[in-house]
Amino acid sequence: MKTTKVIDSESFRRTVNRLAHEVVERKKGTENLVIVGIRTRGEHLARRLAKKIEEIEGKEVQVGILDITLYRDDLRGRLDQPQLKSTEILFDVTGKEVVLVDDVLFTGRTIRSALNALTDLGRPALIELLVLVDRGHRELPIKADFIGKSVPTSLKQEIRVLMTEIDHEDAVVLLETEGDGKESGQ
Amino acid sequence: MKLKSRHLLGLDGVSKEELTLILDTAASFREILDRPIKKVPPLQGKTVVNLFFESSTRTRISFELAERRLSADVVNFASSGSSVSKGETLKDTARNIEAMKIDMVVIRHSAPGSAHFLTRVLDANIINAGDGWHEHPTQGLLDMYTLREKFGTLEGLRVCIVGDITHSRVARSNIFGLITMGAHVSICGPTTLIPRDMEHLGVKVYHRLEDVIPEVDAFNVLRIQLERQASGLFPSLREYHRFFGLTKEKVAAARKPITIMHPGPINRDVELSADLADGEHSVILQQVTNGVAIRMAVLYLLGTTN
Repeated sequence: MKTTKVIDSESFRRTVNRLAHEVVERKKGTENLVIVGIRTRGEHLARRLAKKIEEIEGKEVQVGILDITLYRDDLRGRLDQPQLKSTEILFDVTGKEVVLVDDVLFTGRTIRSALNALTDLGRPALIELLVLVDRGHRELPIKADFIGKSVPTSLKQEIRVLMTEIDHEDAVVLLETEGDGKESGQ
Repeated sequence: MKLKSRHLLGLDGVSKEELTLILDTAASFREILDRPIKKVPPLQGKTVVNLFFESSTRTRISFELAERRLSADVVNFASSGSSVSKGETLKDTARNIEAMKIDMVVIRHSAPGSAHFLTRVLDANIINAGDGWHEHPTQGLLDMYTLREKFGTLEGLRVCIVGDITHSRVARSNIFGLITMGAHVSICGPTTLIPRDMEHLGVKVYHRLEDVIPEVDAFNVLRIQLERQASGLFPSLREYHRFFGLTKEKVAAARKPITIMHPGPINRDVELSADLADGEHSVILQQVTNGVAIRMAVLYLLGTTN
């Protein structure tokens, strides 16, 4: 299987830094800002962004973790059940400006699930989407507000984000696969 | 990972991995119960029938809440006032209800094996909510969940089930589940209320509370059914209380405080003194809360796979 590294650990760090700066620049600070990461890699990305924003602004930013399993549109009819984990959002999202964080934006179905999960918890004033990689092939009318890197892909390719918290390095890798990549799209 | 069976009939034969999956899934649902909006969508469009041929408050309400919180459509059936009182058989009742296009059945019945029987006549997923003296798997699971929440693990935990073991489906489900998870299970009660050869299930048998009190981390106290006295299995409630009723004075002999569980409804000051039932080491109300999470987990795991 052919693999290409599209982001190495150095540019991974720079990309996260740039995204953190973009968020505070466009939001003009951290007033009312909360960061919500989608399990599993979105969670770690959210924590890194929050830490960086704290360094830049000197103010703490609240981080929440969203598990979207119960809101997936392919929950039934799968052969294997996805492991259900908890949502850990220990603050009221009502009235907050939420930056929703995920590693890869692909079909948009994960984000649709996340929006439903999030609005079941309250009524945020605003939700914006931040992704590390946008690989295209949307199936729903969803777009990201903050993008680390746009990587044009074919459906035969797969994007894998590695993070030191769970993998052995920070990197984004492009893999050539045999089948239609959409099976693992959500 | 998913459950091997599309029904939950008992904990006998359910593997450690499957039990762990149910308990872990319930932990995720437990968090949802603390949210302002307690409803999630995974069973949207599924219809669940609660088929209760025996009276029940806690279990029926718990199942119904679990079903509604997973967004299922719920139909309740109670045998009184139904065609069962006109002599309809279980098979006919069940098949008629299934003909109305339903997906899951939760059944409580006085006959052991009634849930098994339904799996042979219906296509729906069947969940046993108590069949005679046989099993009550969701009660066993919620007791295990409550113990795991309190102690962190079930491995090596010493649990004693006290009371009428013979007529208790709660005892059987607890024994099967806890032993699979590696707990040390003992039972205690009068000889007339403990079946012979229980040691074969891997439990230690006691007939005196004083002997078991220094040996346990938790007691699961069973309800003593008042009609058992009428059949002569013990002389009087006062005598039962004196020998097998748990009281503050008796458990004070333990070196560490013992956790107290009870599946309800409690006969206060018969099998369990009021001060222990309401005391700081009682987890009886946590059991009730956890029951909803456990039932959500079981419904979710059975209802979302084919």
